Amino acid sequence: MFGWVLWRDLILAWRHRADVLATLFFFIIVTSLFPLGIGPEPQTLQTIAPGIVWVAALLASMLSLGRIFGNDYQDGTLEQLLLTPQPAYLVVFAKVLAHWLVSEVPLVIIAPVLGLQFGLSQNTLLIVVVSLLLGTPVLSLIGAIGAALTLGLRAANVLVALLVLPLYIPVLIFGTGAIQATVNGTGTKPWLLLLGATLVLAFVFAPWASSAALKISVE
Amino acid sequence: MLEVINLTCVRGTRLLVRNLNFTATANQLTELRGPNGSGKTSLLRILCGLSSPAAGEVRWNGKNIRSLGEEYFGAVAYLAHQNAVKDELSAIENLRISTGVAGNSLNQAQAQEVLERIGLKDRQHLPARVLSAGQRRRLALARLLTSKATLWILDEVLTSLDDAAVSLSREFMGDHIKNGGVAIVATHQDLNLSVERVQRIQLSP
Repeated sequence: MFGWVLWRDLILAWRHRADVLATLFFFIIVTSLFPLGIGPEPQTLQTIAPGIVWVAALLASMLSLGRIFGNDYQDGTLEQLLLTPQPAYLVVFAKVLAHWLVSEVPLVIIAPVLGLQFGLSQNTLLIVVVSLLLGTPVLSLIGAIGAALTLGLRAANVLVALLVLPLYIPVLIFGTGAIQATVNGTGTKPWLLLLGATLVLAFVFAPWASSAALKISVE
Repeated sequence: MLEVINLTCVRGTRLLVRNLNFTATANQLTELRGPNGSGKTSLLRILCGLSSPAAGEVRWNGKNIRSLGEEYFGAVAYLAHQNAVKDELSAIENLRISTGVAGNSLNQAQAQEVLERIGLKDRQHLPARVLSAGQRRRLALARLLTSKATLWILDEVLTSLDDAAVSLSREFMGDHIKNGGVAIVATHQDLNLSVERVQRIQLSP
């Protein structure tokens, strides 16, 4: 059943490829605007790179949150998903996994290319990818809670930003911390461990919280 | 067997149903009647466990459906007012995926068989977006045929169906009830099923 929900969401995302590409292009454009606006000073670019990559990733992932449950809520399939003989958090987890694969993994893949614009070294680019790999699932997991809570509300998109962005702050701090640490030559391990811990925490609690929120929204 | 005990249903500030008691047993059809806005859909949503009642409880085989959770969902098939059909998927994909998600897998040949029975065989590869309202309703009915649920909770089954589809769905419902199933159906028309035991529940406006 888990596999079917995942498969279903992946097919649906494939049929809406334009939406997925829009998120990716948003990420590319936002990160490319900064080097153009700030100028080619390598020292400055290297200092601001971690923050820009991560903030752009947060905003890009926000854009696609509405799609996790929104369309299914409108055509009534969400009710049917909640009425299947499996715990609701498994349904949520499958949908979050699909969201991560579709909306976040492309960002992780393109990030090293974008990092070149900031003059980051190969070693730093590797940490960019690792920190994004650990951090972006947290964005999907926490984002799903916000998406579930704001389901069916009128100003859902604005509200989801207000709800979710503050919760993204730890990921932002640990993610940029890891990249900054490689640039400065201090240890990255503690930052990556903290990111990993956040992922474990989100993995355990977020699907459960989202499914509780979904049940309230559907009622 | 589904027991409804002292059920009270409130929607917003409106009291829709007060102290409702009834029992739906196997081989029996329960028809839910009432004018628009009398709370038929709200009641059905409580019965399938999507929303919770203001007071009272619903029991399935003697146990509260809230405590049964997923175990209960495995025994229920709910056909809502919305068809729960995905526009982007073709008819056959819709059927196979919704069946798979509900925990019963269906291969391509079996899915084609069901679609043939429901009269959508020559439309099976069209995206559901181009199907007519009646065809989409037929697709939603096909989901019932593939479910192994004992309890069918149906909201206005016959909406937008043509004569052929109406008699087909009567046949399905009759078969289900005769084979030991329980059916609770909200309706405005007479269903005229060929079953012996029918109870009517009339909701007041």
